[in-house]
Order: sequence, then structure tokens, then C-alpha cells
Amino acid sequence: MSFKKDEESGLNAFYNNKSTIIQEARIFNESNVSPRKCRALLTRVVYLLYLGETFSTQEATNLFFGTTKLFQNKDGALRQMVYFTVKELATMAEDVIMVTSSIMKDMQPNSEVVYRPNAIRALCRIIDPSMVQGVERFFKSAIVDKNPSISSGALVSSYHLYPQAKEVIKRWVNEVQESVNVKPIASYFNSPQPSSSGYLGFSSPQPAGPQTIPSTSNITQYHALGLLFQIRQQDRMAITKMIQQLGGAKSGSGSSLKNPMALCMLVRYAVKVMEEDPNMHKQMYDLLEGWLRHKSDMVNYEAARAICEMRGVTPQQLTRSVSVLQIFLSSPKPVLKFAAIRTLSQLALTHPASVATCNVDMENLITDSNRSIATYAITTLLKTGNEASVDRLMKQITGFMSEISDEFKVIVVEAIRSLTLKFPAKQALMLNFLSGVLRDEGGYDFKRAVVEAIFDMIKYISDSKETALAHLCEFIEDCEFTKLSVRILHLIGLEGPKTLQPTKYIRYIYNRVVLENAIVRAAAVSSLAKFGVNAVDGTIRNSIRVLLSSRCLDDVDDEVRDRAAMYLKVMQQDVLAQKYVRDDSVFSLATLESQLVSYVNDSAASEVPFDVSGVPKVSRAQAQQESARPNAIDTIVAATPAKAAPAAPVQKTAEETKSAYAQQLAAVPDFAEYGPILNSSNKPAALTETETEYVVSCVKHIFKEHVVFQFNVSNTLPDTILERVAVAMQPNDAGLTEDFILPVESLSHETSPQIVYVSFTRDSPEGYVLGSFGCTLKFISKEVDPTSGVPEEEGYEDEYQLEEVELGAGSDYIVPNYAAFTAEWDKMKETGTSLTETFALSSMGSLKAACDSLIEILNMEALGGTENPQSTSVHTLNLSGLVTGGGGKVLARCRMTFSSGQGVTLELSVRAEQDPAARLVLAAIGG
Amino acid sequence: MVMPNLSLYTTSAFIILDTDGNRVLAKYYNNKNSTIVQDAGSKSLTTLKDQRAYEKALWEKTKKAGGDIILYDSYLVVYRHSLDLIFYLLGPPSENELMLNAALVAYFDALSILLKNQVEKRSVLDNLDVVLLCLDETIDDGIIVETDSTAIASRLSSRPGTGGQEIVIDEQTIRNAYDTIKSRVAKGLF
Repeated sequence: MSFKKDEESGLNAFYNNKSTIIQEARIFNESNVSPRKCRALLTRVVYLLYLGETFSTQEATNLFFGTTKLFQNKDGALRQMVYFTVKELATMAEDVIMVTSSIMKDMQPNSEVVYRPNAIRALCRIIDPSMVQGVERFFKSAIVDKNPSISSGALVSSYHLYPQAKEVIKRWVNEVQESVNVKPIASYFNSPQPSSSGYLGFSSPQPAGPQTIPSTSNITQYHALGLLFQIRQQDRMAITKMIQQLGGAKSGSGSSLKNPMALCMLVRYAVKVMEEDPNMHKQMYDLLEGWLRHKSDMVNYEAARAICEMRGVTPQQLTRSVSVLQIFLSSPKPVLKFAAIRTLSQLALTHPASVATCNVDMENLITDSNRSIATYAITTLLKTGNEASVDRLMKQITGFMSEISDEFKVIVVEAIRSLTLKFPAKQALMLNFLSGVLRDEGGYDFKRAVVEAIFDMIKYISDSKETALAHLCEFIEDCEFTKLSVRILHLIGLEGPKTLQPTKYIRYIYNRVVLENAIVRAAAVSSLAKFGVNAVDGTIRNSIRVLLSSRCLDDVDDEVRDRAAMYLKVMQQDVLAQKYVRDDSVFSLATLESQLVSYVNDSAASEVPFDVSGVPKVSRAQAQQESARPNAIDTIVAATPAKAAPAAPVQKTAEETKSAYAQQLAAVPDFAEYGPILNSSNKPAALTETETEYVVSCVKHIFKEHVVFQFNVSNTLPDTILERVAVAMQPNDAGLTEDFILPVESLSHETSPQIVYVSFTRDSPEGYVLGSFGCTLKFISKEVDPTSGVPEEEGYEDEYQLEEVELGAGSDYIVPNYAAFTAEWDKMKETGTSLTETFALSSMGSLKAACDSLIEILNMEALGGTENPQSTSVHTLNLSGLVTGGGGKVLARCRMTFSSGQGVTLELSVRAEQDPAARLVLAAIGG
Repeated sequence: MVMPNLSLYTTSAFIILDTDGNRVLAKYYNNKNSTIVQDAGSKSLTTLKDQRAYEKALWEKTKKAGGDIILYDSYLVVYRHSLDLIFYLLGPPSENELMLNAALVAYFDALSILLKNQVEKRSVLDNLDVVLLCLDETIDDGIIVETDSTAIASRLSSRPGTGGQEIVIDEQTIRNAYDTIKSRVAKGLF
């Protein structure tokens, strides 16, 4: 296709050259311009933008005013292009407001030009919100104009302007209402088929009128309804009434709304009302049900989707919607199929049984040429399928596995993975399938998905363990992906020694030592060592020792040699084996990462080695749970109850929240000197009710020598601006000295929430200050003029009483830390401090309640399942924590007895590496 | 549950790509009011670099004909192949697929009328004024303005003559009318 190259470079170069066009645009200033030439040139100006070119403000302004010179030309075709260009340039140019009067001329109610809608739609781009009032008359008459293009143009324009000129546009509500109710267009153009009359109508009695074909879509109703909703949004009663009036009788046939898109909007409004007002539920549901029988697919679909997504929907209510969607599934139109299967696949998450009725239709879609549809079909089927249908489904999938792309294969494998966990009885079949595809050609992502699916089977389905391990062993014999080999070797090392015949795996691993690259060899050495340490059979240990010393000690790679040497040593000494091989705790990676980052960033810190003891540990099980969680955390916003969206909030772990806080604080220059954050509260403590005028929550950050209180302040009043917002704090105890307050300069409803910081210095950094603070929100309140949007000049000072902020032991100084309790407990008896005290917790109603509140107050990790008392009268709770800021490890043994008369009696023994830490724990309970 | 889009801002971008994935033209509706749509979970494509990257990736997914719709990178995309071009309309992921498609079909049909069924790269580049104005009559800054393709096509004034005279009904208009009627009749027969 050689001619295309020429065309590409030729035409695009011609159209692309910005400076040429700006040069040529000078012709706009000439007195006698050629409309044809100008229209072509304007096209090229806009086209530049559509290609991704940008104009500087100066260039845009010049072009803009050049363009407006063309208003002198009467040519309609040129004028249409002029309006289009004005619209496109208006956002970039300056002083665009100056052409208002030129445009207004074309908006005159009696002007019967084709470009009147264009003029109206351009006006909203150049007008200043304060001038909207001046054009009110034109807009009002345009909104109710008989010509749908003019009416729609005016409505769309008003819609764009609405956020800036709410008060004025609200006054047009009657006109907007009128255009919603406008009779279907066909009735006042006498011809039953108005489409052709426009073109052939040039002999009609309006020769000057535009030769346009009036729209038959009634889309004006959609625009009017959209604007009407904007205007009445806050008034639920009015919205409800509107829905009732426009909703019509059963099946929506009686509705005056003819436009399907307008009805779709009505469906959405109905859903909103339904969610907000439970009393309206039944009535709105009936309307939705009626719309399922509307003659438009679009409306049927919107209603069906709304019902499927309804909170607490019952299977009975779903029947009709599902059958509507089922019909769509066999439609020839891809869009309709896609819409239906997407909704059903979502529904299958919560109501698989209701979706199961479509199974046969969905099976037909597995081979659909639109891959998205096929993917949805498979994943849905895997959710709705029962044990009996699994065999058939698997056969079908196996059939087309080789024909599909890797990415699609990954989705299929993921689906099978969850299916396997659902039907463990089918594990042999699934494992067969997985090992089959593992041998197929495929990229890393695909292979990884398969390997992970097999990992899951090993973990959750013990019957499959031996076979699955065998498949993996076979796979690494011929695996081109180092990463996967390493992971598999690690897993074999963990699981292999527990099997009945560990020796058969050793051969596979040793083969890797002989044949693979250094990374895999090193992993293989570690894996072998696990067999050596964990094997019950003494002969295995000997064989491993031989293998490691004979070959691995002479390896060319030093990592492999080092590992081999280390493990040989470890295998001889049981203490070391405990620590390096059998240890079941790992560092909390998120914390480790954030601490390392701040260590690297702090130039002064590099003089001392990184202190790893400050990083809390978690058990392997916990670490696994965390990594299994989907990674969908993006940013952390200052918490606000208003923004807590119903859309499945992802539960953040404490560690991630803290890392995010650290980033937030690092952005404030005043805290640059403070060094790394030792601890931040897990979640913001609310200091107000959630429905008050001002919503405040507090997060505490502990630094080495400072404490910073972060107040997230929200202003919920739309027509008030708060200035110089600060929080005054009254410490009840000594020990802290206030440094400064970082106030928020201006806080409106839109900009909420913002953060006020209050910083204190810890008088003695080695001690742990506890206590409470009285807090008052102080600010200058200014009312906003609703019409102009400008706040009044002089505000008045005001205060707002907040709840007290507590600085407590657990939440602020201690973080949970995993430890092997008995070993550590005994060790600290020798080296650390031990303290014991007895408390009477008479208000506790049970041992369980006492455990829960101890864990909460101390914020320590309960070990060995001791958080759940087995007996109702006597219990021992073992806790482990880490005191931040180098306070060291601390362990607590809480021996409790319970009797119904006296509540819980607690004997609290604390052992810590450092004395203040132990006292802190006692103080937390005692105080 | 995703909150349904209660605003009229339903479209995020309109794109035409050629068979090599190069941009023929693209309009992203990123105005400040329609950010409501962006909040629905789509990442915003405000820089040319992001846009190009997205277009390229989207093209990879859709270059084979016969899909018509895809949910790609948090945008719901309806598309249509026409000879050596692909037309795309992007919306937020929660949008009604049929609504978005109605807008694309309206635009495409209107353009077919205007370009006399020759919707291919050559004639699109030769008639850019028509292509751009037609889009403006279909979508205004993210709001679907019209879905009746005949009405859209008829709203486009024909090109001016060389002089400064008033717009006349010339051969072109009549030919348009003829084509329109022809396609109407053809539709009626089906």
C-alpha cells in the first residue's frame, strides 16, 4: 500500500503545519473573503486540535478574533463552521466574552437560520456566568421552540452552564418542564413521515427557512429531563413526583416520554429514589418492572440492569429481568449480547442460581467472535455451573484452549481456579486440565496463572497435593521461566518434606542444581536444605548433606556456594535450624518498605546501620492472606464519611494506611526536620457526629521528639466558606509543648475535606506521654451569596466544640508483632524487665469481652489463638507487641479468671526488653 | 454497586483510527463539568501521550472486525469498522451500552449519508469539514445531542460557493436528498 504512505505524509503534513495555518488565517481580516476558502481554513484550524496539536493562549486568541471577523459574512455554511471553531477555541483563548453580541444576533427568536442552534450552543462557551441573566429571555424562548434542534441546543447549553449559574437557570424550570412534556414531533408536522418533507419541502411556504429534516428521535425530552433533574436534584419529593408523572402506566406505554434515552434516565432516577426512600421501594420497583416490557431494547436493558443491581433483590424479583436479558443473549447484535452478559456475570456473583437459567444460552456464547462476550460467558458459567455441568464445560473449554490468546487463557485459568476450590471433588479433572495446558505453548503470564492455580490446589485441597507436586516437578524439568522455577522449588521445599516419600522430589530438585542457571540453583539449594532440616528420616538428612557438600560447595556462583555452606552448618545445629529454616514469621513488608524508604532518604541516618528490630513481624499465614488480597489501593484521601462510597470499599491494612500517611506528611515542609514517623493511628477517630455542619476526624502521628495531630475537617454547608480554620488543643497533662498549628486558609463544601495539623514537642522523648486533649475548632465563617457565588467581605469568628482526643498506649505507641511466645518469654526473663500487677475488671461480662478489649487497648498481637477463650472461668491470653521508636519488644501474659459476681480478675505480667516499655503497658491498663 | 450516571455527560471521547492504528482524528471530552463521568472509575486521558498510548492499545484489541464493543481499561468502548477506518466512541464503564451505541450509529449513518456511503480514509480527509461538523451535531462536549441520523445529516449546510452569496439549494442538496430517500426506502424494504 505504497500510495497510502504518500497520502499520509502529504495530507497530514499539509494539515499539520500550525504556523502555515496561522499565517493563512490572516485572510479572515480581508474585506471580501471567500466563504469556501475560509470554511476550509477553519476546518484545518480545528482539525489541528483533533490531531492533538495545542495552541498557546496568544495563538488561540489571535485565531479566535480572526474567526469572529467572519461574522460579517452572511454565508450560512461558513457561519456554521465559524460557530464550531468559536466553540473549540473558546476554552483556550482570552477575552472571548467580547463576541457575545455577535452571537446573540443569531439567537433572535425570529431568526430562522439553520445555524441558530449552533449559535446557542456556542454561546455557553464564551459567556460569563454573571451574564447569564442577560440572555435569559433568549434561552427561555429557545427552550420551548418548536424546532427540536433549537430546543435541544438551548437545553444542552443550559446544562453546560448550570453549575456556574444555578440560580438563574433554576428560574427556567417551567420552560424546561414544557419541553419535557412536548407532544411527539410527528403530530405537528402533518406528514406521517416527516423525514422526507424537509428536503422536498423547498416549495413549502417558508422559503427562507432552513432545509433541515426535523428530528424524529424526541431527544429533546432527554435533554430537558436531564436539566430538570439537575434543577430539582435536592428535592426528593419533586423528583419522585416527576417520576410518577412521566413514568406512565404499566410498560411505560402511557408515558409522555417517547425518547428511550429519556426513559433510561428516568430508570436511574427511580433507582436513586428507591435507595434513598425505602417507603417508595414498592412503587418504584413496579415502575421498573413495567419498563421491562417497553418496546425499546435500551429501556428494557436499563430497567433489567437496575433490578439486577438492586440492594437485597429477591430471586422472585429477578425472574423477569433475567428472562429479558436471556432473550438479549441470543440477539445477533454484539452490543446487546455484551450488555446482557456483562450484567448477568455481575449478578452471578451474588445470585448464581437466578443466572443459572441462562446456562444453555451462555454456553453458545463461549465461542462468540467477540472475545469479551466469550470471556464473560465462561466466567459466568463457571460461577453458575453445578457439579454435574462441570465435566461438559471443561470438555468445551479444552476444545478451544489452543485457539485463543494468552490473555484470554489467563481469564479461563483464573475461572477454573475458583471453580476447583468450589468443587473439590472435581480436583482430578481440573488438575488434569491444568497440567495439560501447562505443557502447551504460552507466555509467562499464562504459565504463572496455571502454576498459581496449582499452588492453590495444593494449599486447599489436600487430596490433590501429591499429584499436583508431581506435575510441578515435571514442569520445572523444562521450564523457561526462572521466576516460576524459583517459586515452585520454594513450594516443593515447604510441602515436600511433609509427604510420605520425600525422596522422590529430591531427585527433581537435584537435577536443577546440575542443569540450571545460578538463580534456580540457589533456590534449589534452599529447597534441598528444607528437606534436610525437616525430614523425619535420618538417612535423608545424610543424603542431603552429601548432595550439598559434594556439588554445591564447588559451584561457580558465590550465592549458591554461600547458601550451601550456610545450610550445611544449619543442619548440624538445631538452634540455628529453628531460627533460619523453621521460623514461621516474616517481616511486615509494607512497614519494612516504608522504613527503608525513609532510611534511604534521610542522609543523616546512613551513618548508623538500619535497625531491623523496629519492624514488626507477622506470621506467614498473615502475610499470605495479605498478598492474596487484590491490589487495588491507589491513594489515600483524608477520610470523610460523606465520600464513603457504597462501591465496595477496599479494606486497607494498617500498614498501607501508615505508608500513605507517611507520604502525606512528607509533603509538608514543616515536618521535614522531624525524621521518620514512628507510628500513626490505624484509623481516624471521629470527633464529631457524621451529620453535623462540620465533620472532623483525627489521626495521630508519633515522631521521635514530636507528636503531630492531623485533623481532617469537612465543611458540609454548601453556602458557607470557612477561613483560617484551626484547632485549639488543651492538653490535660503535662509532657507535651505545643509548637505550631498549620491552619487551613479557606474551606468550602467543594474543597472539603482539608487537613489542619497541630504539632507538639515531646518534653522527654524516652518517656511515653499519655493523656487527653480538649479540642475546639476555630474559624471565620463567611456566607456565600447564592446568586454571584462570591463570599461576603466580613465574616464572623466562630468556634465549634469537638470531642476529646486521647493519646493512649496501644493505639499510639505499640504495634502488633508476631513472636514465638514461650521462647521469647523465657528469654526475656533473663535479659529484660518483668513486671506483674493484678487488676479487677468488674465491668467485663465475659472472658471473651476482656480479651477483645485488652487486645484493642494494647494493640498487641494475640498469639496461638489465645484470643478465643476455651473455658468460661479461667483463661490465659498471650500478647506480643513492638514499642515504636526503638522501645523494643514487649510481651504480656494476661491470666484471667471470671466469676459472675466480680467480673474478670486479671493478673497482668509484662516482660519487655526495656523498662519504660513494660511500664507503658501496665499504665495503659491501670490508667 | 456502581452508582448510575445521573448526568447527561455520557461520552468520554470520539476517535477515528486508520488500519495502522494511527489517529485520523480524536476528540476527548474532558471539560470540567463532565468530571462526574471521570469519577466513575475511568482514568482520565488528558495528555496527548496518554491518549496516544490508549489509542494504540485499544487498536491492538479491536483491529479485527466483528467485535463492536469492548470494555477496555475502564472505558466502555463501542466501535465500528468501515473499510480502512475504525470509529470509536468511549464512555464511562457504567454507561448503558445501547445508549452509547445509538450515538455512534447515528453519527456513522449521518456520515454515510453525507459521504455517499464512501466512509473511508480518503473521503474523510477530503471532507473534514463535514466530518467535524457532523460530530458537533451528534455530540456536544460529552452530551449526546441527536440520535436521528437523517436529522443530523440535514443540519449540515452544504459548502458555500466561491462568491459571498446566500446559501442556495444546489445539485448537492438534491443529491443528498435523493440519497436520503433512497436509503430510507431501502430501510423500509428490509
